[in-house]
Amino acid sequence: MNLLELKDISKIYGNLKALSGINLTISQGEWVAIMGPSGSGKTTMMNIIGCMDRPTTGSVILDGAVISRENSRNLTTIRRDKIGLIFQQFHLIHYLTALENVMVAQYYHSMPDEKEALSALERVGLAGRAKHLPSQLSGGEQQRVCIARALINYPMLILADEPTGNLDETNEGIVLDIFRQLHREGSTLVVVTHDPEVAEEAQRTVILEHGRVARIARNIHEEVPV
Amino acid sequence: MFWRMVRGTFFRQKGKMLMIAFTIALGSSLATAMLNVMFDVGDKVNQELKTYGANINVLPQGASLLDSLYGMAEGEGVSDKYLLEEDLGKIKTIFWAFNIVDFTPYLSLNARLGSPSEGVNGINGTTGINGMNSMEVKVCGAWFSHHLELPTGEALDTGMSRMKNWWELSGVWPADGPMDGDGSGDTGRNTGGNSAMVGSAVARRASVSTGDTIRVETSGAAMDFRVASVFNAGGAEDEQIYIPLPAAQTLAGKPGLVSRVEVSALTTPDNELSRRAAQDPKGLSQAEWETWYCTAYVSAICYQIDEVVSGAVSKPIRQVAASEGAILEKTQLLMLLITILSLAGSALGISNLVTAGVMERAAEIGLLKALGAHNLPVSLLVLTEILITGVLGGCIGYFAGLGFAQIIGHTVFGSAITIKPLVIPLVTVLVLLVTLAGSIPSIRFLLSLRPAEVLHGR
Repeated sequence: MNLLELKDISKIYGNLKALSGINLTISQGEWVAIMGPSGSGKTTMMNIIGCMDRPTTGSVILDGAVISRENSRNLTTIRRDKIGLIFQQFHLIHYLTALENVMVAQYYHSMPDEKEALSALERVGLAGRAKHLPSQLSGGEQQRVCIARALINYPMLILADEPTGNLDETNEGIVLDIFRQLHREGSTLVVVTHDPEVAEEAQRTVILEHGRVARIARNIHEEVPV
Repeated sequence: MFWRMVRGTFFRQKGKMLMIAFTIALGSSLATAMLNVMFDVGDKVNQELKTYGANINVLPQGASLLDSLYGMAEGEGVSDKYLLEEDLGKIKTIFWAFNIVDFTPYLSLNARLGSPSEGVNGINGTTGINGMNSMEVKVCGAWFSHHLELPTGEALDTGMSRMKNWWELSGVWPADGPMDGDGSGDTGRNTGGNSAMVGSAVARRASVSTGDTIRVETSGAAMDFRVASVFNAGGAEDEQIYIPLPAAQTLAGKPGLVSRVEVSALTTPDNELSRRAAQDPKGLSQAEWETWYCTAYVSAICYQIDEVVSGAVSKPIRQVAASEGAILEKTQLLMLLITILSLAGSALGISNLVTAGVMERAAEIGLLKALGAHNLPVSLLVLTEILITGVLGGCIGYFAGLGFAQIIGHTVFGSAITIKPLVIPLVTVLVLLVTLAGSIPSIRFLLSLRPAEVLHGR
């Protein structure tokens, strides 16, 4: 079953054509990596998939609903209910503890539940660091808090922007382990990355060049439905 | 969670919040000080202006103000009407009794001035005081510092020494004590307790100086007075001699009578209602009449004095009353402008600080939006933080403002400023409005913030 469909998507900023004629379908439970050089349109594509931007033309269908023409208020609601965002820069609120950073996502979704937030941290191996401020956590730990925050509302789609871009090898391994676990549990993952090793973990790698899909590679370590 | 985030902002961004609170405190302290002074300045300015004399003249019915303006004395066919001295205490029983600061009765008469060594006949001769010819002078009986037992059981000290305190005296104010003699004209008896103050023009012409003894003679009596002082009033009064009222009554043969009373009262500036009432109080509606009667307009006070002093017609001394009103209105306007400017300055300061704060937190606010926060909850979060800061700053500013008001009161008026409870809700509303107004640019920025722009730079 298709969770996400991008149909002939283009995005133009003034004279700059950031995306052009993108067509892509992502199935439920699929792990897709998006790669490409700087300026290829990865971030623009992620913003459109993450309901943080609208395409200039084309349509985006998420969970069977066309969302590409929704207003920003509705897009916020869709993002809140269906998408979990993981950022390269972590974007944790510096004056809130790890636990509170996870609870912020609960607060704007439904209702904060400290126990549930704690179990989300436990899932990423950070239960013992729940009361620490971001400044007291390592980069890898901060990224795991960010992942816990993305998972807390049980999103349909987890969208990660360079999730290992700021991490050392050890922490990269930890984060990828979490992604593998999520994938095994049936989560749909879209990971934007520069790192071929991270992309190889995905079932498919979409390679963007100059705002277009240059090719889609099926990674060989798994059977991938065409 | 909401309050955790608010608390987090306060504890972990206290520098910025303190700066905002300080700005609000500065504005609210100025507003508090200025509003308290503004509400109290009426009384204070009135008190200050009272030191420059009376603002109400009470005359007997039928007497003309021209008498006093042109120096035409009683008994000359112009005015033979008088007020009863015993009625004067009633002035302090009117509705606005508390606003009657001082009053002094006067009894004017024409007399001849001579020296005690010359008899009554001698004065009419060619030798006068210190070798000068005896001369016609205007003599005025008055209270200098009179202790008055009021019908209400209270006591009051009033008189010229309070109402004419800007006069320059070479000596002291005369005493109001009882006369030494009976005023029969026996030249040797009325020098001890009877003292007088002589106008500088008279003193110059008659070569009288402080400490001399003078004789004042009318057709029916003569009295000797020790010159307690020579005064310079800078006006027509310099041509007069002031003696205690009982002595003047004896000399004039008008015991218990006065020809006019000067009243110094704290008044409210005139407005359209008071002007209409002054022309015709009976033309007012019942509600208008009550409002006018229960407001300390100079016309209302005049009306109330006329009610209690039999046969009296009270007239405001227009120049004084109008000047008081104008000065008061201008002073209040000045205070109001300072209040508005200080609050506008605060609003600008708050606007800059809050907008800078929100811009610094753009990534955080963008993240909240990315996590699913709509504009309203994010705006409420920021507004709550600012309003709490505003309330804290406002409270600090209020108490600091009370201190500023007292400093202004003691520095400018030499007395404390009365704290007006009305200022509390006013300052609260003003602080809230200023804080909200100052937050508008930051809220507009916040609403326009798109998460993709701040999180991904696009």
